[in-house]
Amino acid sequence: MEKMTCVSPLSGKTMFCHLDAPANAISVCRDATQVVVAGRNIFKIYAMEETGFVERLNLRVGRKPSLNFSCADVMWHQSDENLLATAATNGAVVTWNLSRPCRNKQELLFTEHKRTVNKVCFHPSEAHMLLSGSQDGFMKCFDLRKKESVSTFSGQSESVRDVQFSMKDYFTFAASFENGNVQLWDIRRPDRYERMFTAHTGPVFCCDWHPDDRGWLATGGRDKMVKVWDMTTNRAKEIHCVQTIASVARVKWRPERRWHLATCSMMVDHNIYVWDVRRPFIPFATFEEHKDVATGVAWRHPHDPYVLLSGSKDSTLYQHMFRDASRPVDRANPEGLCFGLFGDLAFAAKESLMAGDAGRKPYPGGDRRYPIFFFKKPDVTEQFAQVSSALSVFEFEANGGDEGRGRMDWFVETARRYLLTGKPFAELCDHNAKVAKELNRPQVSTTWTMLRIMYSDPGNPATPANHNISKLGNIPLMISLKEMSSALNERNKENRVDNLHNLETNLNIDENEETEGSEGQAEYLFGDAELDDDDLYSMEHDNQTEEPEYILPQEAFPLRHEIVDHPSAPEPPAEKPESPQVSGGETEGSCLTPMESFSLISVSQLLFQPRLPPGFFSPVVRAALTHYAELGDVQMAVSALIVLGERIRKEVDELTQEHWYMSYIELLQRFELWNVSNEVIKLSTCSAITCLNQASTTLHINCSNCKRPMNNKGWICDRCHQCASVCAVCHHVVKGLFVWCQGCSHGGHLEHMREWLKHSNHCPAGCGHLCEYT
Amino acid sequence: MKEENTVDLTQPLSTGPSAFIPSEVILDEVPGHDVMKEPLLKVSHTDHVTMVMGLHPAYLHCFLHTQNALLQPDGPLPLSWRHYIIIMATARHQCSYLVQKHSSAFLSAGGDDHWLRGLHFASPKIQRLQTLNKLLAHRPWLISQEHIKELVCPGAEPCWSLAELIQAVVLLSHGHSLSSFVLGCGILPEPHSSAEQHSQPHSPVAHISQGPIPAHRARTHHRELTEAVNEVQLLMEKMMMVQQQEEEFTQEEMVTRFERERTESLLEPAEVVCSALPDSVSHFVQDPDFIYQDFCPRGEQSPPTLRAQDYSWEDHGFSLMNRLYAEMAQLLEEKFQVVCALTYHTMAMHTDVDTSTLRKALWNYIHCIYGIRYDDYDYGDVNQLLERSLKVYIKTVACHPEKTTFRMYSSFWRQFHHSEKVHVNLLLMEARLQAALLYVLRAITRYMT
Repeated sequence: MEKMTCVSPLSGKTMFCHLDAPANAISVCRDATQVVVAGRNIFKIYAMEETGFVERLNLRVGRKPSLNFSCADVMWHQSDENLLATAATNGAVVTWNLSRPCRNKQELLFTEHKRTVNKVCFHPSEAHMLLSGSQDGFMKCFDLRKKESVSTFSGQSESVRDVQFSMKDYFTFAASFENGNVQLWDIRRPDRYERMFTAHTGPVFCCDWHPDDRGWLATGGRDKMVKVWDMTTNRAKEIHCVQTIASVARVKWRPERRWHLATCSMMVDHNIYVWDVRRPFIPFATFEEHKDVATGVAWRHPHDPYVLLSGSKDSTLYQHMFRDASRPVDRANPEGLCFGLFGDLAFAAKESLMAGDAGRKPYPGGDRRYPIFFFKKPDVTEQFAQVSSALSVFEFEANGGDEGRGRMDWFVETARRYLLTGKPFAELCDHNAKVAKELNRPQVSTTWTMLRIMYSDPGNPATPANHNISKLGNIPLMISLKEMSSALNERNKENRVDNLHNLETNLNIDENEETEGSEGQAEYLFGDAELDDDDLYSMEHDNQTEEPEYILPQEAFPLRHEIVDHPSAPEPPAEKPESPQVSGGETEGSCLTPMESFSLISVSQLLFQPRLPPGFFSPVVRAALTHYAELGDVQMAVSALIVLGERIRKEVDELTQEHWYMSYIELLQRFELWNVSNEVIKLSTCSAITCLNQASTTLHINCSNCKRPMNNKGWICDRCHQCASVCAVCHHVVKGLFVWCQGCSHGGHLEHMREWLKHSNHCPAGCGHLCEYT
Repeated sequence: MKEENTVDLTQPLSTGPSAFIPSEVILDEVPGHDVMKEPLLKVSHTDHVTMVMGLHPAYLHCFLHTQNALLQPDGPLPLSWRHYIIIMATARHQCSYLVQKHSSAFLSAGGDDHWLRGLHFASPKIQRLQTLNKLLAHRPWLISQEHIKELVCPGAEPCWSLAELIQAVVLLSHGHSLSSFVLGCGILPEPHSSAEQHSQPHSPVAHISQGPIPAHRARTHHRELTEAVNEVQLLMEKMMMVQQQEEEFTQEEMVTRFERERTESLLEPAEVVCSALPDSVSHFVQDPDFIYQDFCPRGEQSPPTLRAQDYSWEDHGFSLMNRLYAEMAQLLEEKFQVVCALTYHTMAMHTDVDTSTLRKALWNYIHCIYGIRYDDYDYGDVNQLLERSLKVYIKTVACHPEKTTFRMYSSFWRQFHHSEKVHVNLLLMEARLQAALLYVLRAITRYMT
């Protein structure tokens, strides 16, 4: 047998041997050359040679071995290499002396426990002290020089699952219990535990003191957790927690590595994991050799962190070398993406990736919707593969999704700010477009603008000459087109909204060109998200050589994160679009659009205004509104209905309108927007809706004198024949607005009450209540 | 604690929730407990099982929790299927009470009434549970990973997912053990369904009417009473003795004792006659001849005993169940804990008694019948503490609950309260449930590894 020293690391390889029976526990002898394996039907000592395990001794002797050989746990004495202790399933604690000359090495037998002994533990420095913990709830301390226990510790609770002497504190040991508690005992005081705390829900199967750190205790439980406790403070403090995938059967700190511990599972999961407690989400290393659950793990040498031994229910004994372990972190996907409950999106990726991305970003720094970055500082002391990742959280400050998912802030905001009446049609549209724009809903905004254009009279009629010139000015326009499309591309890269609705970005280009004296371009917009760009430009394919420029790059779309205001697109021109817009539906739907005016020419309304009656757009608008309503944005549908008024009303059938109104009103009321909802009711033209305002408008009052209900309509109670509702100030009957204090229920004429309460705090009726007029 | 000191066992009652227990005993208990009130308020008519269990409100609470969780809408199996699975399970024990109850629940859960005409009308997927049902009910130790594999492995036939299977298994074993309780306590059918029930040959009422109580029983009543008092005292002395004994046994002796308990238990239910099944349940049962057989018929190739230390509910069963059906694992765990800890420190007329050894003996004896062995238990205690008539009763209720008679019920522990006999039944039901679950979970574990 080769002698190992602390300095030279153990040489060897990953190896295993077959046992005859499942193992329950293993323990290594002090000089790390031999290992004892114990189980129900096995009790053997193996020597660990360079090439494999060699059976040295079978301690299970006798023709019909007694249940005393059926071991639940085994421990090799840490200083006396001839001394072993086992815990038997029948409640016996047995010590074995390997130096006995005869075949039966059994030395002492303690049968003081009534039930299965789950654990035995030698004192780390005291030669004769042995501790046992049993299913019967007792722990016993044996002095091996005597033939009986010297002290008994009663946990006062359920079964003891594990007992461990502290490495550093001579007198302290920890015991873990089936009910989830962990107790700390002083070996000199068997009457009462020093400290108790609940460590897990369900049984605590194992515990282990940190070999170096005084007061660190690792516990593993059936609740699939490994917890590390700091016991030096007054209250045991949980400092680390590792969540595993199965009940934790054993836990062992890794020598020489302060943060590492090895665990194996009670059920289902056959791997042995080594965790870095600071990185509790992914094991530091995994040993995957076993075919059934590992039941015992032991580090071969107390100062060598690279060799781990394990026994398993699959009847094998393994020596694992750390270099052969698999490192799950290598296979882990460093990117992660997750939606939050409220539509927030978090995205984590390798720092290098994120840095590249960030450099490319043209966003201004002050934007509130800018992603928040978290960088994890790489810790040089960590042995983990240097994974530094960045986490970005995208928050939807204003909901950009046109489907109305996520937070409904935009809805409330929109409802508050929309103007539905009281101004000329065009102004209403513009206002609403602006509101939508500010709330980052370009599609809606564009729709408003389009509505204005479709239905309002031409505001500033462009000269027909403009149109003619455009035919000639081809070359500058080519350039502007390129500009435009590149601007489009850029914008879409960032915005990743439904591309079509961003086309309005071009408005600024329009304007530029108008100021330059050249022509604007026609833009073919359509308020329907379902239309894709191919459709939109299909007609241009025939005529345009510039075509490829116009197609939006596909890669711009999939990433679809939040909508950001484009800094390079000045907002004011976009809000007040000067250039004419034509519904895209028209382009594909009819040939009325002059063919020669494609994209290169500024199409002003004047061109076709005389030819198109306002009713021409009605089917398109109706389709658009229906589309909005189907998308769940009933707000847009109803608002447009109201604003458009007679222009569209006849186009949408009564029932649908009513349905939209009802839905919108219900939504408004859900958000407690009573005023808006009332306005909508008032403005609606459906009889079924307007009558909502008439419902439950009756106020039942009691007579102020006789306290009985007033059932006639007059001011005189027919029961007591006195005037009810008398003004507290002037003592006349109040006919009209009656205001009363909700505290004392006195009141009177609005004017009188206001006057009175200006100079007095007290109720005019003299009841002594301190009324308040707000 | 209980008021009724002398229980008149000579006159079985045919009204009230149970045929064995006078209704006053049960009804007297009712108002005293809040837990009992709660379900009473919830449903206008509390079923008889609840009323009888109401004698032990702490347990009833857990039981109802578990049962509700089993039959609430959440879970992999459709609600109607779950009732059907319980029907299948209880039919194996010819427990027409539960078959009836769950048949109507099955219909109200939207089940297809064709299924109630017989097993082969049900979904083929359900029919595939038949073998497992049979084994679980009568010889759970025969369940192997092959049985699980057959159901779970993807094949041409409709296959079960593990999550579905685990729920089905819990439902089946719940049904089996609840049948034991119902038949063991002689629970009577609910009044509204009594009209058809009375014609059932296997309802407990029928049992009683078969054997009219001989008149001379009344004369010997007094003598028996004094005898019974002596019995209780004897039992208590034995319990003390068992608690204090410090003797040593060799493993061989322990094994012999375990074997003795097991084989002896075989002999006791003397008449194992296969009677024809009543119509109401027969169409849910296939292979009715498959019944409980002693765990290990001598000489034949015997399946090894299940060592409690190697596969226990606390360590292994729970862990697996927690993985597959977490909610149920917690509830069952709680239920097992409650039933094992349940005690009032009373025994018949004595108070302040530590009954733990007696309860342990009962629990381990039932597990012993099912071939589960505790290394750290001396099965000699069972012999000391459980009298023969009690063993006969336990064995019958656990293995052939349909054969329970009033005579069996009344002949053991004559001096004990009814509530204490119900307590025995609770222990019995839960021990049986746990034993069945252990075997099937072990098979699933083996399948998964």
